[in-house]
Amino acid sequence: MDRSVQPLTTWPQRHQGMRRPHALVIAGTVAAGLPLLLAVFAIAGLLVQAPGGSLTEALGALSSDAYLWRVARFTVLQAGLSAIISVALAVPVALALSGLLADGVTRRWLLVLFAVPLALPQIVTVIGITAVWGEQGAITQTASAIGVDLPSIYGLTGILMAHVFFNMPLAARLILGALDTVPGEYHRLADQLGLSGFSRFRIVTLPVIRRSAGEALALVFMLCVTSFAVVLTLGGGPRATTLEVALYQALAFDFDLARAVLLTFVQLGLTLMVVAAIGLSGGDAAAGDTTGLFRPVRARRSHTSRLSFGSLVLVLATLYVAAPIAAIVLKGIGSVSADLVVRADVRDALATSLAIAFASASLAVVAATVLAMAAAEQAAGRQFRGKPGFAEQMALLVPSLILVVPAMVIAAGWFIGLRAFEMQASAAPFIIVAVNAAMAMPFAARLVAPTLRASAERTDRLVRSLGVSGWDRWRLVTWPALRPSALAAFAFAMALSLGDLGVVALFGSTDLVTLPLLILRSMGSYRSSDAAALSFLLALLTMALSFLAIRLARHDRDGAAS
Amino acid sequence: MFRPTTLFATSTILGLVHVTLAFGQTPTLTVYTYESFAAEWGPGPQVEKAFETQCACDLKFIAVADGVALLNRLRLEAGRTDADIVLGLDTNLTTEAAATGYFAPHETELSALAIPGGWDDPTFVPFDFGFFAVVYDSEVVTDVPSSMEAFLAGDPSVKIAIQDPRTSTPGLGLMLWLKALYGDEAPAAYEKLAQRVLTVTPGWSEAYGLFTNGEVPMVLSYTTSPAYHRIAEGSDRYKAAEFSEGHYMQVEVAGMTTKGAENPLARQFLDFVVSPAFQDIIPETNWMLPSAATSKPLNPVFGELVQPKKAIALAPAEIAANRREWIDEWIAAFSR
Repeated sequence: MDRSVQPLTTWPQRHQGMRRPHALVIAGTVAAGLPLLLAVFAIAGLLVQAPGGSLTEALGALSSDAYLWRVARFTVLQAGLSAIISVALAVPVALALSGLLADGVTRRWLLVLFAVPLALPQIVTVIGITAVWGEQGAITQTASAIGVDLPSIYGLTGILMAHVFFNMPLAARLILGALDTVPGEYHRLADQLGLSGFSRFRIVTLPVIRRSAGEALALVFMLCVTSFAVVLTLGGGPRATTLEVALYQALAFDFDLARAVLLTFVQLGLTLMVVAAIGLSGGDAAAGDTTGLFRPVRARRSHTSRLSFGSLVLVLATLYVAAPIAAIVLKGIGSVSADLVVRADVRDALATSLAIAFASASLAVVAATVLAMAAAEQAAGRQFRGKPGFAEQMALLVPSLILVVPAMVIAAGWFIGLRAFEMQASAAPFIIVAVNAAMAMPFAARLVAPTLRASAERTDRLVRSLGVSGWDRWRLVTWPALRPSALAAFAFAMALSLGDLGVVALFGSTDLVTLPLLILRSMGSYRSSDAAALSFLLALLTMALSFLAIRLARHDRDGAAS
Repeated sequence: MFRPTTLFATSTILGLVHVTLAFGQTPTLTVYTYESFAAEWGPGPQVEKAFETQCACDLKFIAVADGVALLNRLRLEAGRTDADIVLGLDTNLTTEAAATGYFAPHETELSALAIPGGWDDPTFVPFDFGFFAVVYDSEVVTDVPSSMEAFLAGDPSVKIAIQDPRTSTPGLGLMLWLKALYGDEAPAAYEKLAQRVLTVTPGWSEAYGLFTNGEVPMVLSYTTSPAYHRIAEGSDRYKAAEFSEGHYMQVEVAGMTTKGAENPLARQFLDFVVSPAFQDIIPETNWMLPSAATSKPLNPVFGELVQPKKAIALAPAEIAANRREWIDEWIAAFSR
């Protein structure tokens, strides 16, 4: 199982003469393996409790189950389309964002806005989307007032619209992170050479985009595979059923642990096939030896035609993301009362959410950094030339697979395992943090990896020749380059954990209530105005955190320049 | 009123177990229940207070998402449970729950019960009940159906949000309601129903959220839902439609585990559940109907709710035996 990661250790043979830190490679392997272990232990827990022989029985039933294969086909179809559309839209958005002043107000606020979909519970977002696009939605009603009948969103359309709302901003953020590693000198040089917009795109931008868009495609696919509430609610009926529903039936209604495990493997297998098909194509983009300090923004601004297209893209993307959020905020803002904010359960939930999110995000960013450093080390081992090795490619893929292991399976498996040692209560907070961190790590890794790689490519030879290593290298070279990305990754991971319902809902209850859980409980007890107010608070909190992260990163750049 | 809101990509089967450190002082009673029962605004806090005044003990609630999750919690614990009492299963689950062997006979005096159709389950004690109903927005729906037949044949442009029987108790309730009314002809009824359905949500919350947000003018809920809006919000906009064929009934029950059979507090609690002290709390916190006598009349709003002429219920054993097949039938009809 760990075979994919082991080759990380093989580079010294290829590059005798240069000594490379083994500790980093081992740490990277551990970081990549942790999410995997979380999943493997959970599945083992379920199998231990499954009655003997039920696995073969379930396997027999599985192969002849027409319903299941129809469900599997639909799962792949909706997730594939969602991923393709989200990333196809994210590319122009990321390009337009990268054309904006890095410290500018527009870019900053757009990134703050783009963090919100990550943190809102799906049920809240679905209602926000229907408030805009639904039967009685603002846009549908406006259109029909002027005589245009928009088609109903219920069906595949609605599923895709919701998934684009969730994932386009996420993919844009990831691609932007990669675009930001393109040194300003490249653009300056392109200007001097008088490259046309298309040539500039093909030579300078495309190599970066190909790689990051491929990775974003794989990640978004994984997120959409496990989609459940969105798919059922906006899908309109049982024709839109994902494997997660079948899994829920197996685990919750039939308590068929063996079938649940097999369905998990089906989900993993399908995902692996699709991700392999996406291929981690995209060659390597050379980061160059530049310092990346020049930002020839003014030169690019002269390309008025491109910019106006970019502005249009940004305006449309912003409206698309902002409209449902605005619906949620408008509904919530009127429901916020002083009584609610000081309510003990609200304060506790806020504190619990923040604590879990802070711990998970810290763990996720540390693990992602270790992993990305190990991968960068690998790339350095081949001197940033040629095709990335298998291990380098797998380094980011393997830990992502945790995203398609259903939270229900993880929680049930760990519960069984911990129960054996009477530890299910005391260990719950740690499991919640670990799972949240594991889920956020793939995203954090994709934000820090391009930066670390570019930094290594620019500085590796120099720092080696100067004999700078270990802590000094980290303090003087790596961290200053990494800090903005690490902060962005932290904010990102925190938003993801803030919105997580999965494992918290599974383990947490009387003592461990988070904000999304409280929103859900309120909605489940008719208290929709409380739910609206809490959703508004959650959105506000996420925006504040993202804003803070961006401010800190900016402050850092100012400091570095002076 | 257990609402399998749930499921969200990740539904819920577990709750957090309290570490029960009994140092021989106050005796403890551990009750597993569903979240909205234990919530701050639910019956839980008042029930705890009322029971603790009469038992000189410590009542601990441990909450999981919904009734299905309660049963699964016990199955995951494989008999090594902390629970003395499990409160919040419903009659769709009692056969399977009893078959696990984790429950002991209740041996409780149930003469005060007021459940339509009576009660003879030796294992479980009913603590409340409710009727499923089509709840509508009176500002939008003018042609209110007076029967299931009329509802199924109604204007397909006036839509309803229902729940999925695979993931939700009200969703299962609607399916059983139609099954009880139409028997082998149920698939034809499902197909008619599908014409009126805007969407099928995984849980009650999504459907009810779409409804109160104005996206859909009807929702499958309970006859008692309008009572919440009348009493807590002072609004009579949302109403339940009375169907002449009768309404499907959901009964929520409590049971004593084999561990609880060793704890004298567990039996005391079951007696308490059917006493007025417990029943008084239910209507305006759980928004369901009391299963036994209360000490004072209910809020008059409850008297103005739809009072079904007939309570429809299939036998728990019949449901357990056929659920899977009936759901397949439902999926097939809805996928056409």
